[in-house]
Amino acid sequence: MLKLDEIQKRLLAEVADLHAVPEGAYNIRSNSHAAGRQSTANIEITPKSDVPGIDIRIKPGTKNESVHIPVVLTESGLKEVVYNDFYIGEGADVVIVAGCGIDNCGNQDSQHDGVHRFFVGKNARIRYVEKHYGSGSGSGKRILNPGTEVYQDEGSIVEMEMVQIKGVDDTERTTSAELAAGAKLIVRERLMTHDDQRAISTYVVSLNGEGSSADVVSRSVAKDKSFQKFDAKIVGNAPCHGHTECDSIIMDGGRILAVPGLEANDLDAELVHEAAIGKIAGEQLVKLMTLGLTEQQAEEQIINGFLK
Amino acid sequence: MLELLNLSFRVAVDGKEKEIIKNVDLTVPDDKLIVVTGPNGGGKSTLAKLIAGIERSTSGRIIFKGEDITELGITERAKRGIAFAFQQPVKFKGIQVVDLLRIASGKELNASEACEFLSAVGLCARDYIGREINASLSGGELKRIEIATVLARGASLSIFDEPEAGIDLWSFRNLIEVFEQMRRGSKGGSIIIISHQERILNIADEIVVIKNGEILRRGPKDEVLPTLIGTSSAVVGCRKADAEGGEAIC
Repeated sequence: MLKLDEIQKRLLAEVADLHAVPEGAYNIRSNSHAAGRQSTANIEITPKSDVPGIDIRIKPGTKNESVHIPVVLTESGLKEVVYNDFYIGEGADVVIVAGCGIDNCGNQDSQHDGVHRFFVGKNARIRYVEKHYGSGSGSGKRILNPGTEVYQDEGSIVEMEMVQIKGVDDTERTTSAELAAGAKLIVRERLMTHDDQRAISTYVVSLNGEGSSADVVSRSVAKDKSFQKFDAKIVGNAPCHGHTECDSIIMDGGRILAVPGLEANDLDAELVHEAAIGKIAGEQLVKLMTLGLTEQQAEEQIINGFLK
Repeated sequence: MLELLNLSFRVAVDGKEKEIIKNVDLTVPDDKLIVVTGPNGGGKSTLAKLIAGIERSTSGRIIFKGEDITELGITERAKRGIAFAFQQPVKFKGIQVVDLLRIASGKELNASEACEFLSAVGLCARDYIGREINASLSGGELKRIEIATVLARGASLSIFDEPEAGIDLWSFRNLIEVFEQMRRGSKGGSIIIISHQERILNIADEIVVIKNGEILRRGPKDEVLPTLIGTSSAVVGCRKADAEGGEAIC
């Protein structure tokens, strides 16, 4: 595929399930350079002239198309900030697959800060999948700080799936969304941290239009000495429905801080939050052990299921 | 064959030692269905957990298929062929019915194989294999899935801790059939059921009555059952409305 080495190809498979050149529009960024780019009749990808990054313009009414924009870093010590803007036309229905994989075998930190802005037109619908993955045995850290801004026009639907399961040492994720009337935001975040990793995830979702709704759910596992902070705030500025949930498992010396926030500025704003943190239930382990699994295998099954 | 030799289990309650199981000797021959009954709090469930390794005996030996398994943990005992159905099925997050059946059978199951185990407990596989084992399933459904996982084990000793608790009447009739089929099965396994339901006692080869942690009586069904009728050790299923509005065994 393109001019990528084996490590880069492996990272692409991890973060974007890509094993070959994707169908449809794509932009593959490797070590701060474009390794491949393709627009289609309905989806145009152009590089920005003032800052690193791309503009992705999706024509109104585009259906059943996908955009892949993965990023891979394999040079130790590389630090970059990239700005990607998505303009999604009215009534479009598309899948966007982003994601970043870092392989750091050196002793200098590698860092990718991706700033994504989504301008979602009326009644448009997107499914956005973002996976983060780190590998490499170097002492240099693998750092990812994604910033996501979502502006939803009336009646639009945005589904976001954010996954970070392994190998990223330090993450500060900030996501903000503003929703007009009838717009709907669904976020599913899955996170696992291990060793000395740190992950901070902050959401501010503003429900500005009548009938808008948001459902932000995080499932996470903190192992070893890792630390996570989940800070999710939903602001109801109109008659709306908002729900946020943090469901977490702690293991070993893992620590999690959940900071749910709800702000109702309208009498008809209905906002709910749920948060639960705890270790794996002993009875779950015992049940799987009576089926012949070892305690460690049972733990893996429980966590795999939890993060599925 | 399973042998319990002078098995005891003691716990500390308010600083005092309490003996839950006292010097129990019991032999469970191959291919036999043994029902353990007796008053509540008598130690029936504890005995079942001691055999599966969920509780560890404080003295005595457990011999299974000629091997002393007293010091083995839950996993090792499971691997040697002991299966256990919980009285209160455990719930999970994200683990699906098909996942549990796969783990139980120890191999990749296709849809029709998974279907067999679920059909045996009266569940339509298509509706259930992809369901998560969580609170979205009713108590009766969870219980039937629990029994299906034990069937999937194909174990040489299957232990059921009060399998009828929380199950609806239709499933109860079905359950009796499941046990009878297991007994007729060619796998050569033994079955221990903890229950005081008369209809379950009625399919036993042998009945063991446990009271205050000791074996009060044991013997062939035809000898023991008549002595139990009318006592709390042999309850005739009565009907009551369960939480889901159906009928339940109580």
